[in-house]
Amino acid sequence: MVPLWMYLVVSAALFCIGAFGVLARRNAIAILLSIELMLNAANINLVAFWRYMNPTVINGQVFAAFVFAVAAAEAAVGVALILSIYRNRQTVMVEDVNILKW
Amino acid sequence: MDINTNLVENFIAIMPEVLMAVLALAVVYLDLYLPPTQRRTIGYVAGIGMLAIAALALFIPTPSDFNEQLMWGGTIRNDDLAKIFRVTVILIGGLTCFMGMGDNRLRYKSEFYTILIIATIGASLLSAASDIIMLFVALETMSISLYILSGFVRLPQFPTPEEKRFANLSAESGVKYFLFGSFTSAFLLYGLSLLYGFSGGYTNLYEIGPGLVGGEHPTAPIIVALGLVAVGFGFKVSAVPFHFWTPDVYEGSPTPVTSFISVASKAASFAVLTRFMLAVFPPEQLLPEGIQSISYSEWWVQLFAIAAVLTMTIGNLLALVQTNFKRLIAYSSIAQAGYTLIGLVAIATGNNAGDGAAAVAFYMVIYAFTNTLLFGCLILFTNQTGSEMIADMAGLSRRNPWLALGLTVALLSLAGIPPAAGFFGKFLLFRAAVDANLTWLAVVGVLNSIVALYYYLVVIKVMYVDRSAEDNLPIPIAVPYNFVLAATAVFVILLGVLPALVVNLATEAGADLFFLP
Repeated sequence: MVPLWMYLVVSAALFCIGAFGVLARRNAIAILLSIELMLNAANINLVAFWRYMNPTVINGQVFAAFVFAVAAAEAAVGVALILSIYRNRQTVMVEDVNILKW
Repeated sequence: MDINTNLVENFIAIMPEVLMAVLALAVVYLDLYLPPTQRRTIGYVAGIGMLAIAALALFIPTPSDFNEQLMWGGTIRNDDLAKIFRVTVILIGGLTCFMGMGDNRLRYKSEFYTILIIATIGASLLSAASDIIMLFVALETMSISLYILSGFVRLPQFPTPEEKRFANLSAESGVKYFLFGSFTSAFLLYGLSLLYGFSGGYTNLYEIGPGLVGGEHPTAPIIVALGLVAVGFGFKVSAVPFHFWTPDVYEGSPTPVTSFISVASKAASFAVLTRFMLAVFPPEQLLPEGIQSISYSEWWVQLFAIAAVLTMTIGNLLALVQTNFKRLIAYSSIAQAGYTLIGLVAIATGNNAGDGAAAVAFYMVIYAFTNTLLFGCLILFTNQTGSEMIADMAGLSRRNPWLALGLTVALLSLAGIPPAAGFFGKFLLFRAAVDANLTWLAVVGVLNSIVALYYYLVVIKVMYVDRSAEDNLPIPIAVPYNFVLAATAVFVILLGVLPALVVNLATEAGADLFFLP
């Protein structure tokens, strides 16, 4: 069986790629995708830990299912918000979204 | 760990949330069936309904035994801490419905009230959550609803330049809030998933705590998980260095939404933060008997002590240079979060440790009413003048003395001047810090309050002393508003004179938090 630490390494790598994407990409849609990567990294953790730690109780799987649902809701709202800013300014590049600053 | 399986008690415990869900649907149906001329009723139904539910939540009995407080398979804990924050959050939700009725862009939109009520459900469950699944879902219910509300203003078909500007600001603040918010909640979720694993596969907060210290784990990964969780919560309470979204979102959102974000989301996050830190990383004296291992509480105490100092100082210093009133209040609310973090830090150290949590609860209650009063007054001012600048508030005392008085009461309460409630709240926080051997933190807090006094007094001076060309143009106060403003102003003063009304409940709440299995 694949040892637990391998799953954790994959998930940590996925999380870091996602975090890098959020910080480095300029397109709001790409940032949204990177955030989804981060959420899925947590999901890998949850399911792997569930399988190796406490497989008789399904709480880890339930948590992962809730994360899917939340991620879907978040993506829906996020795309709607990005669309609304596109209607206002015809751009989805975050550096152009800059009226509010101190 | 036992769980309350009495079905009736379980249902009574989540009655406020169930009723709020019903109310949210009722508001949508009303929108379908009411003729356009009677749209105004929607706001009244939502607001009065929420106030009634808040009153109900106040009378929901809380069992005194820990094992009977855990309900719904351990996902919520029905204790006094949950009660005090739930009542506050629902009350503020109701008042925000009335405030929304004063905003032309929100007044007749039933979806505004519906989403607001759903956000309140999330906040209310968040303050009772005792399981990481419930915690995450409630947090996201609240946050996602607030992202929508923040970007709520749509571009009309034929916009005037003013409407175009508002729609632009609102869309921008919505996107910013969404991107920062979901980025940090991904950190929170990753931290939670690590805690789930390191504790040996538990999701209940009260099982994770003993699980973490009981296992054979190296310390470093758990500290990393603690840090990740702190990022997520730090964003929600707008603690430095995760505060950068606050001024932008506060300025761009429609003002009733700003008020709700600054109050309900922050209060519920503080509720869950105190509960989470104390249950998952308990101080040594709270660890179960027989577990010989290290305690992680020192780590988060130091982390949040540093965050408290930074938050207070940076919030207050940046507030000094603001010219826009909403941005000023945004930086002031960052500073207020810093003061509240002092109470959080004081929980884990010292012997009479319930004081810190009690101070946090009390401070959040009065902060909620103070900020609602402040933004209520601001909406009326903005509706009339179309401006949010401090300089334009010149001569407000001659244009409407009551409005100026309301703003003055709120600002004095935020500054912590005695007749208003803020004084007693700060007193409790600083006393909790001194009792917990954190005198240096209390001293930093007092020094910061003095800096803060300056910019609050500048606004009061502009309102009362400065003259403007529009001195003789009165500002009317519309009908649902006088209720909101009068109720919150009376509450702020009343709590300053008779703090025992809430302090007793807050003290019980703080003590409840220390009943661990």
